Formats: sequence, structure tokens, C-alpha cells
Amino acid sequence: MKKRKLWVVRCAVLLAAVLCIGIGVIRGEHKDVEKKATNICLQCIGIG
Amino acid sequence: MKKIKKTTKRSFIQLIAAVLVNGYAIGFQRGSIFTGKSKALCVPVLNCYSCPGALGACPIGSLQSIVSGYKYRVSFYVLGMLMLFGILLGRVVCGFLCPFGLLQDLLYKIPAKKLNVPGKVDKCLRYLKYVVLFLLVILLPTLIRDEFGFGTTYFCKYVCPAGTLGGGIPLLIKNEGLRQTIGALFQWKLTVLIVIMVLAILIYRPFCKYLCPLGAFYSFFHKFSLYRLSVDKEQCVDCGVCERACKMGVEVTKEINSPECIRCGACMDACPKGCIHGESKGM
Repeated sequence: MKKRKLWVVRCAVLLAAVLCIGIGVIRGEHKDVEKKATNICLQCIGIG
Repeated sequence: MKKIKKTTKRSFIQLIAAVLVNGYAIGFQRGSIFTGKSKALCVPVLNCYSCPGALGACPIGSLQSIVSGYKYRVSFYVLGMLMLFGILLGRVVCGFLCPFGLLQDLLYKIPAKKLNVPGKVDKCLRYLKYVVLFLLVILLPTLIRDEFGFGTTYFCKYVCPAGTLGGGIPLLIKNEGLRQTIGALFQWKLTVLIVIMVLAILIYRPFCKYLCPLGAFYSFFHKFSLYRLSVDKEQCVDCGVCERACKMGVEVTKEINSPECIRCGACMDACPKGCIHGESKGM
């Protein structure tokens, strides 16, 4: 793949990633991730 | 002065990464998990957020828990983070940062007759991780709901060996209350973990090759990621040493940036002509 094309793809994905994170934060998804991760996940450890 | 091999440097980085990701050491002693604000951030590796030492959230666990909840059908936040890690690092994450990858690397060092998976079987099995990603991590948790509108985190619940090893076992050792609730599900998950660990003695990184949904996700971005390898075709003498050194089964001279490459650097160490380079040299 030509270097220029490679950089275009990289920048596009990077931009999309930042955009997705931004949308996620606006929707409050990070709070749900935090809530889930700060409680013991019984399914993850094989109990619930 | 003797040059330090890339694979030796990698082992050192893997160890540091495993310690950093699971830096809440007191959690192991107390049998509880970290509850700080950093848990809102996903780590780039498969590391259960119910591991007592975990300082961040597992991206695969987070993705499933968000899409299986009642609020959202798509998790932009987790997908964005995964895309970010994917484009910046690709499967360097698997080779250098993942604690479960480190465990498999260590298990493979145990002297035993190694199993050679036949080419066609190996090729078919490699697609399994994409099935795991789409079916167990995305589709089933999104589509199948109970009467209250909640889905199940199928991968975490029935497959993830990192959850059993990093979260289940340490918590159950320390927590009497949890110990009394274990049943058939835990026995199933323990069996999965043991099978994967035994296989890891015989086959190099079987979980990464065939089952890991995170590796599958990163492999989509691997070809475009910032860190890439290149072969100097003019210097290469087609001796095949690099391909014999690659434990992930990558055809180094044909497709060095294969989605299966975890950038372990074994090919670079093995090349007698030194014609395999990191992308930074070619930029």
C-alpha cells in the first residue's frame, strides 16, 4: 500500500476513533463502563 | 558488547505491562477489586476488570456489558477506544502488552513435545476468533434478551479464561462468601482455562491464534497500524529462516504485515542478513 494512502487510512480511522469516544462520552457510556468495572462481575468470574 | 535480542526485550516489556495493568496489589490480599475512576477507561488488553489488581476496564467485557444492557445497542465509547488502540498499535498489544499472552508464552517454554497443527486445520481454526468476536461478543449479547430486557455477556460467562484466572481464582481464594456460591458454571470455566493452559504448553499461543476476540478486532487494523514491519527484498536471500522462527505461522517474506503477526520480533532476531525492519526505518 502506498504511503500516502496508508496515512489517509490511518488519519481516517484515528478521526473515527476519537469521534466515537466523544459520542460515547456525551452519551455517558463511560459511566456505565466504570459502574460495571467497579463491581465484581459474577459472570466474568464464573459464578453468576 | 552482546546485543540484547528483541524477544528478550519483549519479555521484559510484557512483564512490566502485566504489573502495570494489575497494579492494585492490595486487592489480591483483600480479595476485593479496585473501584477508582480509572476503571472508566479501557485497557488495550484482555484483562478482566474483576481481577483484584485491575486498574482499568477490559474492553471486551465492557463492550459486551454495554450492548447487553437496556440503554444502548452500540457502544461508541468502547469501539472508539478499540479502534484507537488498533490503529496506533495493532497486534503489538498481543505480543507486548497482554498478560494472558505472557502466560501462554511462559507455558510454551515448558519442555514438552510440541504439537504441530496441520496447515488446513490451523487455517480453519484461525477464523474461529472472528466467529467468537461477532457471535459471542457482539451479536448474542445484543439480540438475545431476558424478560427484563438484559442480555448476557456470553464470551465472559462461558469462555474467557483470563476472567477465571485473573478474577475468579484470586477472588474465590480470599472471599469465603463467593466460594460458597460456585457451581457448574465455574467448573465449566475452570475446565476451559485448564484446557487452554495445557494446549499452550503444546501449541504456541492457542488462545491468541484461535479464540481471542480482541486479537481478532485488532487484526482488522493491523495492516494500517503505526508500527509495521518491512522486508528489504534486495537484501533477502529467501533462506526461510524467518518463517521457521515465526511461531505464529506468518509467511514473513510474502505477507509480513499479516493479521496473525503479533510483532514478537522473532523473525528480526532470526534473519541472518538483518533485512527485516520496523516501519520507523522505512518512513
